[in-house]
Amino acid sequence: MNFDEITRLLSEKFGSDVIIEVQTAGLQPALIINPNSIIPVCKELRDNKNTWFDFLSCLTGIDHGLEQNKFSVVYHLASIPHKHQLVLKVIIDHDRNLDSLPSFISVSDVWKTAEWHEREAFDLLGIQFEGHPDLRRILLPDDWEGYPLRKDYIAAEEYKGIKIKE
Amino acid sequence: MQVKKTRYDQLTENLKPEEMIINMGPQHPSTHGVLRLELITDGEIVKEVIPHMGYLHRCFEKHCENLTYQQIIPFVDRMDYLSSMNNDHAYVMGVERMMGIDKSIPKRVEYIRVLVCELNRIASHLIAIGIYGIDIGAFTPFLWCFRDREHIMNMLEWASGSRMLYNYIWVGGLFYDLPVGFEERCSEFISYFKPKLTELNQLLTDNQIFIARTAGVGILPLDVAINYGCSGPMLRGSGLKWDLRRTDEYSVYPELEFDIPVGKGEMGKSGDCWDRYKVRADEIVESIRIVEQCLERLQKELKRGPEFDPRAKLPKKIIPKEQDFYIRAENPRGELGYYFISDGKTEIPKRVKARAPSFNNLSVLPEITRGVLIADLVAILGSVDIVLGEVDR
Repeated sequence: MNFDEITRLLSEKFGSDVIIEVQTAGLQPALIINPNSIIPVCKELRDNKNTWFDFLSCLTGIDHGLEQNKFSVVYHLASIPHKHQLVLKVIIDHDRNLDSLPSFISVSDVWKTAEWHEREAFDLLGIQFEGHPDLRRILLPDDWEGYPLRKDYIAAEEYKGIKIKE
Repeated sequence: MQVKKTRYDQLTENLKPEEMIINMGPQHPSTHGVLRLELITDGEIVKEVIPHMGYLHRCFEKHCENLTYQQIIPFVDRMDYLSSMNNDHAYVMGVERMMGIDKSIPKRVEYIRVLVCELNRIASHLIAIGIYGIDIGAFTPFLWCFRDREHIMNMLEWASGSRMLYNYIWVGGLFYDLPVGFEERCSEFISYFKPKLTELNQLLTDNQIFIARTAGVGILPLDVAINYGCSGPMLRGSGLKWDLRRTDEYSVYPELEFDIPVGKGEMGKSGDCWDRYKVRADEIVESIRIVEQCLERLQKELKRGPEFDPRAKLPKKIIPKEQDFYIRAENPRGELGYYFISDGKTEIPKRVKARAPSFNNLSVLPEITRGVLIADLVAILGSVDIVLGEVDR
């Protein structure tokens, strides 16, 4: 199935509001999916024998920068039987308030790969994943303050009495 | 606000009287680096494994926000430090495709890239096999593997000037052409190495003690492997013919002949530790085949000439168009991916995310080690073949 057929399949199955935008500008076209319907979309893409995206290559959390106040998660899917790839994106607005983190729905039920990748996104970007079974920091220490890959992150002066900055 | 309990809390808070928590690592000889495994054990039986990593986190993605595309290459070297050439190759291919110059790379450059990548793959698998022997308790293979790997290290040092972290493959070309006489020395090495490989096979592959320790241990079913995003020898060990060198047909791999070894469960069940070991051992043979073909072409139709300049196609400024792009390539450990976001204005990428194969391969460890003996856990972890520089980035 090519990209247009997948787009048609999804909008026929879940209605036209499931795909918010179709990005075809770059080398790899992408579908921007409604944040609330990411789970049924992913399950359909995985279980439908025509698409059969059984392999989640990569899951990336992105901070869009200070002007935009947006966060997004990008899913790179691959199909081993059909050898095709697909990019899904979910974008939500968020005001960077540290008391309530931007919240996405976890796809770790669909692909277990997502479990550690979502922990990484939570760790480095402060993105919450609803329904994740084990959302803890993964690369940084458990008591680290702040989320380093956010564009407004200021590195701490010291950590437990150890000077970080020169 | 009630904080939801994570699975980690549930596991560690409700221990039964007979259960005990044991820490394995971060300084432990068989965790292959600074990995800490928290084990919930009942006597000798492992009930649950909880990996803790991040001890080698060097903020790769944060550094990328401040470096140009060319400056990132040395940082890429330091991710999977046992196969730097392969890391470079994947990264450079991604940038070249974004720039739209991937089709105009000279053939000789591409063949040199593949040659050094495959040499590095052999070196990486030699370490994987040698260290795995040590994990199991066989000391000799380790020494033999390191003796042979040293020849590859010397050759790559001759080409690039560095022993492990090469920075040799550049966007649009190479750092230098191969040194004069490299092809001959490489052919000499191949003819020296082939009999040594037979010896190594006699030492490990047919070794009854080694088979007893690895066959039927740590069976990874294929559907679990795919669901957890395992790739490389982990996935092929479970019996699936999946190699991105063939699937994506990047670089000059379509012009080269090689097979994809898969695990068949010869000694135990398909997807056990022995299968994963065997896939690596067979891949060395396939890599030798690729190296031989590359050498032949580099010495005949793509012979070095005075007019050849490996830096001829180097872009003056690397500013890709505004886009995002995901590149994947076959590393010795599996699918290595880079996700770039370029804003189209500067030489500095907006975001680079690395999808490390070891990171995903390690995530399946808790799943396949439930209920095994502690000694088997060491055998299973060794067969996953992780590099912590890549897990932690």
